[in-house]
Amino acid sequence: MEATFRPWYQQGWFYAFISLFLAAVLVLTGYRLSGPVFLQQLVNGLTIGSFYALIALGYTMVYGVLKLINFAHGDLFMSGAYLGFTFLGMLIGAGLSGQLLWYLLPIFLIVMVIVAIAGVVLERTAYRPLRRAGRLAPVVSALGASIFLENAVMLIYGAKYRSYPKEVIPDVRWAIGGARLTLMQVAMLVTAFLLMAALYIFIHYTRVGTAIRAVALDHDTSRLMGINVNGIITLVFVIGPALGAAGGIMVGLYYGRIYFTLGWVYGLKAFTAAILGGIGNIPGAMVGGLLLGIIEAFATGFVSDAWKNAIAFFILILILIFRPTGLLGERVAEKL
Amino acid sequence: MALLEIENLHTYYGHVHALKGISLTVNEGEIVTLIGANGAGKTTTLRTISGLLRPREGRIVFQGEELNNVPAHEIVYRGISQAPEGRAVFTTLTTNENLSMGAYSLGGDKEAIEENRRRVFKLFPRLEERKNQIAGTLSGGEQQMLAIGRALMARPKLLMLDEPSLGLAPMLVKAIFQTIREINEQGVTILLVEQNARAALKLADKGYVLETGNIVLEGTAEELMGDERVRKAYLGER
Ligand SMILES: Nc1ncnc2c1ncn2[C@@H]1O[C@H](COP(=O)(O)OP(=O)(O)OP(=O)(O)O)[C@@H](O)[C@H]1O
Ligand SMILES: [Mg+2]
Repeated sequence: MEATFRPWYQQGWFYAFISLFLAAVLVLTGYRLSGPVFLQQLVNGLTIGSFYALIALGYTMVYGVLKLINFAHGDLFMSGAYLGFTFLGMLIGAGLSGQLLWYLLPIFLIVMVIVAIAGVVLERTAYRPLRRAGRLAPVVSALGASIFLENAVMLIYGAKYRSYPKEVIPDVRWAIGGARLTLMQVAMLVTAFLLMAALYIFIHYTRVGTAIRAVALDHDTSRLMGINVNGIITLVFVIGPALGAAGGIMVGLYYGRIYFTLGWVYGLKAFTAAILGGIGNIPGAMVGGLLLGIIEAFATGFVSDAWKNAIAFFILILILIFRPTGLLGERVAEKL
Repeated sequence: MALLEIENLHTYYGHVHALKGISLTVNEGEIVTLIGANGAGKTTTLRTISGLLRPREGRIVFQGEELNNVPAHEIVYRGISQAPEGRAVFTTLTTNENLSMGAYSLGGDKEAIEENRRRVFKLFPRLEERKNQIAGTLSGGEQQMLAIGRALMARPKLLMLDEPSLGLAPMLVKAIFQTIREINEQGVTILLVEQNARAALKLADKGYVLETGNIVLEGTAEELMGDERVRKAYLGER
């Protein structure tokens, strides 16, 4: 068969370039129009977007290896938020409310481990038995798992809002060009960036990370290489939920309150971000998340909060019309 | 000594009885070819040996050990690797990453992996020129080289090749078959599945002819090339 060459206007780099160019134009005009609002929304958008990105990674990685949308992923993220709340509460109960900051790292680690275990259990019980049952049955199973987790949290913690302790990260603020940057935002951005950079390096520069990409392409050929495909799937159900759990605590810290339907609200956005970036594509989920956060923040800043979802989804639809595989999703050039 | 011994192998796809009791022997150091028309069951045979399909009956014995219940991902650790039908390179990975995946079973043994990589590049210099290229953008012939090279990265005792000549120009088929001979001379036993019977029999020591799930003929390559039925059905003579 003929080799499938894609012309320049269908190449990923072309769209990356266009996106960058548009972003630059937007930044410059936006800044001229109203500098402070613009900067402020950029910072807010990046922060929220980094939450979306962390959650989106779980959707996209599971989709990569199983071609399955893990609808319960948002609820794993939400469980992470509640677990963080519980552990912080326990520390406060132990009279350590002054030192919460120093316990954040261990709390993150413990919660990530617990939610990762939950993710693995979810895969074993809800998805693995249905591996050969077509594509619809696992979707129903995923929805069931989602409802189960949501109700479990509601029964344990109640249906009302719960508040994260406010004093965890010191309230330090800086004024930059009329915008306000908080230590909280910096902490969130740095944490998200470190987690994503670590994942990127793992996926691209290690043997097992490369095996994850191989499994996403072809299970049988991966087995021929000696890759334990079920092991890789388990690993993906460790990494995705762990990152989601970190996102959960971060959302709790940042917004200060959590509720049991948090998983649906953020799950939908993060799923959207994953599609935007190209589902199955790991850098795509990162880009999609940040982009969605920024779009939402600008919609809020320049139009109104009420319109942000409408505008965000309008842009999503536009992008998908012109690039159905998402921004970084590439149709693989296949040959016979 | 028999390296691989298959006895009375039956494999099914649901109700489709694809292998109807085939037996074959591959001795150490040989090139054995399995020829047959479309749908004869050649790929099914290799996939069953690799553990991707489970036989319902029969035995697969490699180096004296039964493989029937060994999971697919452990077969390569026993010393069998396969370049599957249609190449099946990992399209979004680079040439080098594909080769690294071929050496997955060597674990973290960097030295052995790099040594194997050098050997593969020596067999296929073209791959070295294109080591950082995304495999999906390689030409068909280059992808075939990559598929074979990737299978070699595990340092197998038995290399199984599923139609390496598929879709390649005659010149390239010749080159690839020459390389297969070289690989064999380096001590790798080869089980070669082919529709291109002429080229395969020229290369092989021994051959089996598969028809709709049964082995209908077997013998040395010369015997098969001289056989009336083979000449008519597979070598295109009248
Ligand atoms: N996944 C499958 N489900 C059902 N039947 C299958 C499947 N794969 C192969 N078969 C059937 O099994 C038989 C053997 O197929 P196989 O792929 O082994 O043939 P082959 O000899 O490799 O042919 P070719 O030269 O065309 O590759 C065929 O009749 C085919 O239709
Ligand atoms: Mg075949």
